[in-house]
Amino acid sequence: MTAIPLSRLAGALLLAAILAFALLGPLLIDADPLRQNLRATLRPPSGEFLLGTDHLGRSMLARLASAARLSLGLAAAAVLLAGVIGTALAALAAAARGRAADRALSGLCDATMALPGLLTVVLIAALAPGQLWPLYAGLVATQWVEFFRPVRAFAAGRLAAPDVEAARLFGFGGWHVFRRHLLPELAPLIGTLAAFGVASAVLAVSTLSFVGIGLRPPTPELGSMMVELLPHYADAPWQLLAPAALIFATVLGLRLVASAGDEA
Amino acid sequence: MGALTRVLAGRLAQAVMVALLVGIASFAIVEMLPGDQAFRIAAARYGEDLASARAAATVRAELGLDRPWPARLAVWLGQIATLDLGVSLVSGEDVIEELSLQLGATVGLSLLALGLSALVGVPLGIAMAMRGGALDAAGLVVAAALRATPAYLIGLGLMLLIAVQWGLLPAAGYDNAAAWPLPAATLAIGLAAMSMRVTREAAARVLARADTHFARTKGLAEGAVLRRHVLRNAAVPVVAYMGVQLVWLVEGVVVVESLFAWPGIGHALVHAVVARDVPMIQGTALAMGLIFVALNAAVDALCLALDPRGRRE
Repeated sequence: MTAIPLSRLAGALLLAAILAFALLGPLLIDADPLRQNLRATLRPPSGEFLLGTDHLGRSMLARLASAARLSLGLAAAAVLLAGVIGTALAALAAAARGRAADRALSGLCDATMALPGLLTVVLIAALAPGQLWPLYAGLVATQWVEFFRPVRAFAAGRLAAPDVEAARLFGFGGWHVFRRHLLPELAPLIGTLAAFGVASAVLAVSTLSFVGIGLRPPTPELGSMMVELLPHYADAPWQLLAPAALIFATVLGLRLVASAGDEA
Repeated sequence: MGALTRVLAGRLAQAVMVALLVGIASFAIVEMLPGDQAFRIAAARYGEDLASARAAATVRAELGLDRPWPARLAVWLGQIATLDLGVSLVSGEDVIEELSLQLGATVGLSLLALGLSALVGVPLGIAMAMRGGALDAAGLVVAAALRATPAYLIGLGLMLLIAVQWGLLPAAGYDNAAAWPLPAATLAIGLAAMSMRVTREAAARVLARADTHFARTKGLAEGAVLRRHVLRNAAVPVVAYMGVQLVWLVEGVVVVESLFAWPGIGHALVHAVVARDVPMIQGTALAMGLIFVALNAAVDALCLALDPRGRRE
């Protein structure tokens, strides 16, 4: 039993460190992630540039912090909306169990899952390449089902329980039942789903810019930073390893927080 | 209706759904492209110099581009239904022709990766469950670490170490056998991390059951316990879980093919998106989606073959 909180704690600490780096990093040093200095390219970490500079002499610290904020911010914002939509639709479907609304919503869920998530995001991102909104829309469009299916299954069982039936007989409405009977018990499940969701959204964003169809340079993004730095690997391997380590730590932290230690 | 027919009918409906979704998305991409569609088509047909307003008007009347969008969408989807996927805007080749060339590369790579991951992941998972101890603990840590590593990082690591640092294998290519191990291993490592975990859980559950316990108590050798009691019972959840792995595989193929310049469908999809080559976007996304459905159908059939309980009703 002790192993469970331990791995969660490790994940939470890792995430807290990354968040602190992303939010505080740019405050501690005054650096612009886009400012180039071609006389100081591919510098190793030093007093002047704490994490060195990239091939255009831009501060790696500023770029990494900015990229981490972008990745986590975009992923969290997408998962938040997807979570609200997915949970709300799941509650509606569970309330209308077996009736037309339930069948229609479950059908919509099946349709969304017919294509692997990344393909859906690619197709939506292709509407306006290099921009933020199609990426966001694509993530929401694929992530809501991650909430819909487990929440619907849980809510369907919960709504049939005697206390909910009693509340109904007392004349309490659907919103009351959702607020008082469903949401408190759903919270841990939703939290777990959200952490997994943010992890896969972070992966999707960096993967798409790595293959060149997500966000584009000069926007600091972990995936595209690695593409930019790959040709300079022989001269500056640490510059390539830094964004790689950051993305690994972010996803590992999120997965550790999400799982009870046994599904990471 | 037999269980197999019912399952395959469900997958057929899923295939139709994939075609509809990809078709609607591609139609939306065309609609959102800047500029006048009729002009663009006229320029592609007659050359930039001859694309006049009159030529554009002819094209518009001929293709019915002045009709409202639901009518155009219906025509668009009708073309997909007859497998008329059009011509690539970049190469000028029929999309179907291009896809048939790329399909072999993608399917070959996917099957090799699936096979490799089963060869590595399943025995490791069984060993973890049966031995326990340090092997089990180490396996769990490795699996957790690998699952937090995106496919492109695994590929990048293999490429930099084996191809660049040690010069053992080429970093890209397709023509010779030496080009296959790196991209296949990239996919297989991620897949093996998953199948190892799932196999371990499934085997541990079977080992904890009363009948397995009794088999051991009556003095059956470990090998016989494994063969007679563990393998088939543990195989059902492992194979069923492959559905989840297939999502990872299809997504991984897009990344790994791009990274290793593998001439498959995933690579072509990325190129098509960058070039805004809509017929190719549609064709490649359709092919990837249908491969996903076909592999899932194979998993369903395999599950039914392994577990007779699903065949009743």
